[in-house]
Amino acid sequence: MNRRVVRAVGLAVLGLVLLTGFVLLMVRSGPLAPVRVTTAVLERGAFENAVFGIGTVEAERAYAIGPTSPGRILAVHVDVGSEVRAGQLLAEMDPVELDARLAASRAASARAVHALASAGAQVRDAEVRQELAARNARRYASLGERAFFSDAAVEAKRQEADSAGAQLQAARAQLDAARMDLQRLDAERVAVERQRANVRLAAPVAGVVTARDAEPGTTLVAGQSVLRMVDLASVRVRTRIDQGRSGGVRAGQAASIVLRSRPGFAVAGKVSRVELNGDAVTEERIVQVVFDELPKDFAFGELAEVTIATSRGADVLAVPGAAVHEQDGRRGVWTVADGATAFVPVRTGEASLDGRTVVLEGLQAGDRIIVHSERELRAGERVAVVESLEGMRR
Amino acid sequence: MISLAGRDILHHWTKYVFTGVGLGLLIGVTLSMAGIYRGMVDDAQVLLRSSAADIWVVQQETLGPYAEPSSVRDDAYRALLGMPGVADAANVTYLTMQIRQGERDVRVMAVGFEPGRSGEPPFLVAGRGVERSHYEVVADVRTGFRLGERIRIRRQEYEVVGLTRRMVSSSGDPMVFLPLKDAQEAQFLKDNDAIVNERARTVANPGLNRPGVPGLLDALLASQTSSRSVNAVLVKVASGHDAERVAGNIRRWKHLEAYTWRQMEDILVSKLIETSARQIATFLVILAIVSAAIVSFIIYTMTLGKVRELAVLKLIGTRNRTIAAMILQQSLGLGLIGFVIGKTVATLWAPYFPKYVLLLPGDAVRGLAATMVVCAIASLVAIRVALKVDPATAIGG
Repeated sequence: MNRRVVRAVGLAVLGLVLLTGFVLLMVRSGPLAPVRVTTAVLERGAFENAVFGIGTVEAERAYAIGPTSPGRILAVHVDVGSEVRAGQLLAEMDPVELDARLAASRAASARAVHALASAGAQVRDAEVRQELAARNARRYASLGERAFFSDAAVEAKRQEADSAGAQLQAARAQLDAARMDLQRLDAERVAVERQRANVRLAAPVAGVVTARDAEPGTTLVAGQSVLRMVDLASVRVRTRIDQGRSGGVRAGQAASIVLRSRPGFAVAGKVSRVELNGDAVTEERIVQVVFDELPKDFAFGELAEVTIATSRGADVLAVPGAAVHEQDGRRGVWTVADGATAFVPVRTGEASLDGRTVVLEGLQAGDRIIVHSERELRAGERVAVVESLEGMRR
Repeated sequence: MISLAGRDILHHWTKYVFTGVGLGLLIGVTLSMAGIYRGMVDDAQVLLRSSAADIWVVQQETLGPYAEPSSVRDDAYRALLGMPGVADAANVTYLTMQIRQGERDVRVMAVGFEPGRSGEPPFLVAGRGVERSHYEVVADVRTGFRLGERIRIRRQEYEVVGLTRRMVSSSGDPMVFLPLKDAQEAQFLKDNDAIVNERARTVANPGLNRPGVPGLLDALLASQTSSRSVNAVLVKVASGHDAERVAGNIRRWKHLEAYTWRQMEDILVSKLIETSARQIATFLVILAIVSAAIVSFIIYTMTLGKVRELAVLKLIGTRNRTIAAMILQQSLGLGLIGFVIGKTVATLWAPYFPKYVLLLPGDAVRGLAATMVVCAIASLVAIRVALKVDPATAIGG
């Protein structure tokens, strides 16, 4: 009898314990359990913001060097990577007939010089003849008045003198023509010389050759390039920044550049120019960032991650960005009041790269807000505040 | 008054409890199967909830973006923003892919979204949201990624900056949220080898690589590697406007397909997971029937095993009502123990399922009611047998 009672009591206790365990399990897990959340207390403090963009290393001043007229390449004197001086001969096009034409032009010029001398001599000869004829005419005219000569003889002399004058004029005109001829041929010679010089391709500035597009023997059309070179002083990172975040970017702001070839290694730079033309298709603003000191090994076209420090405030109220939610079209944060959730609408400002959002109104320093939650919150939900939810695996 | 049922149970309590445990495990399996079905439907709906959109705008004549592939130009949202009743329109991309994590491959759904717009993860369990426009991701905890971990998606490395939970695709793959431009690149840009081969093919084509037209080849090559598409545009309807009407406008004037929340839910639940959900549901029904049958048999055989005791009771003049009450009480008690154990084990083992198991309180209540009804019906048969017992059996062989 006694054993029976003990057994009954024992079983009852066991049953009660199991039932309590069951109820606890139902309340602690599953849909009836309170939502576990982490909270944070708001503090005023320093706020630094930056914008982030992806850029490519480019030279702002790049030169494509090629012939101005179709032709074949005779020689290329430099290779990729060569550092060149301004004016240095880089490549030559085949001059084909230009040398022969230059020689012909020079000979024609020299001949014109001689033709000019000959014309000058003819003028002098005509002058002398005209002077003599004029003197004879005057003499015959005065003697004719005194009837020493017949009128016919006087007239013949005058005609002689007139004719000599006309011959002089003709000789002078010939001299002028010879002079013009010389000028023309000189100009032609200069033109051919220029053309000859034009087939020699020289560096417009000091820089580095980045590409050798064509080899000797290749025929090119006008406008095709033989070599491409860049001015190393104009190397910069052409950075694309999302339009929505590009508001605070100004020229002169400090930037840190991480080249893709060296992840985790930041190089200092600064914004040299914020381009007026944005990219309407990708909705990005283009910002030119220069290196403070040009890295030794980089490649044009290399991707770079650029972080530009834009704004900083000393006494700013900011919340973790994960705490800001949208509820019925209003932005706000969740707070805990008497163990249940309540939504507080706030007006937010800029968001920083480290995930903090400025609160302009709606909250005060010292307020406790919910940052992380294990599921989406609704108003009036029971919550359990925990240290961290990071260990969750499901 | 002495409880006959209690006395009897006390007498054979080990047998009774073990029978209850066996029954419980069976009920647990049934509840879990119901949970698997609910979880499957919830997985489909979680996509809708996480999108936080009123209208999904996708390629014309498709059931995109979840049930069918859809491709929309990524500037279409600008035209949508100008439509009356549209409060916000945001581009999104969805791509199911494998991501390597050390030794293993994680199957994920990569969601490309614009930070601060629709389509971003609605809550986080750790870390922060995506703040940079490139190379940061928020991952579901199911992926197994940790904060600060660097993962590789196609050609870029991304840092895990935040973790979220219960963000899965309709097939249960955890989501990884990454900035839209990166996601577009991951989805539409080919791998390096493919690009190089494509370039070589273009260069070898004399029609495209023409010596007399400098610049043509460069322009062609550049145009080959651009990607300007997204999978869907999520539209939020301004308050005071009817989503159905706004969607109708978009369909009519923009030559795009537009689905409201209700239509999208229909697509996801009744089209996308229809067969697999029906499969589970069918199995659930069979399991429930089998469970009910087994419960009935257990109670029936338990009563049969007590024929001699029942005969003795009858012999000493116990009323039929008392005997019937005893059997009914025992049967209901067995059902209760079975349900408690079943619910407990279902709750305990639910997290170990690879896919989500959603145990709804409503399902539990329904399960309890069903168990009790089955037990009561089973006990009726047993009671009939008990009442027919001949008291002489107690004395005879």
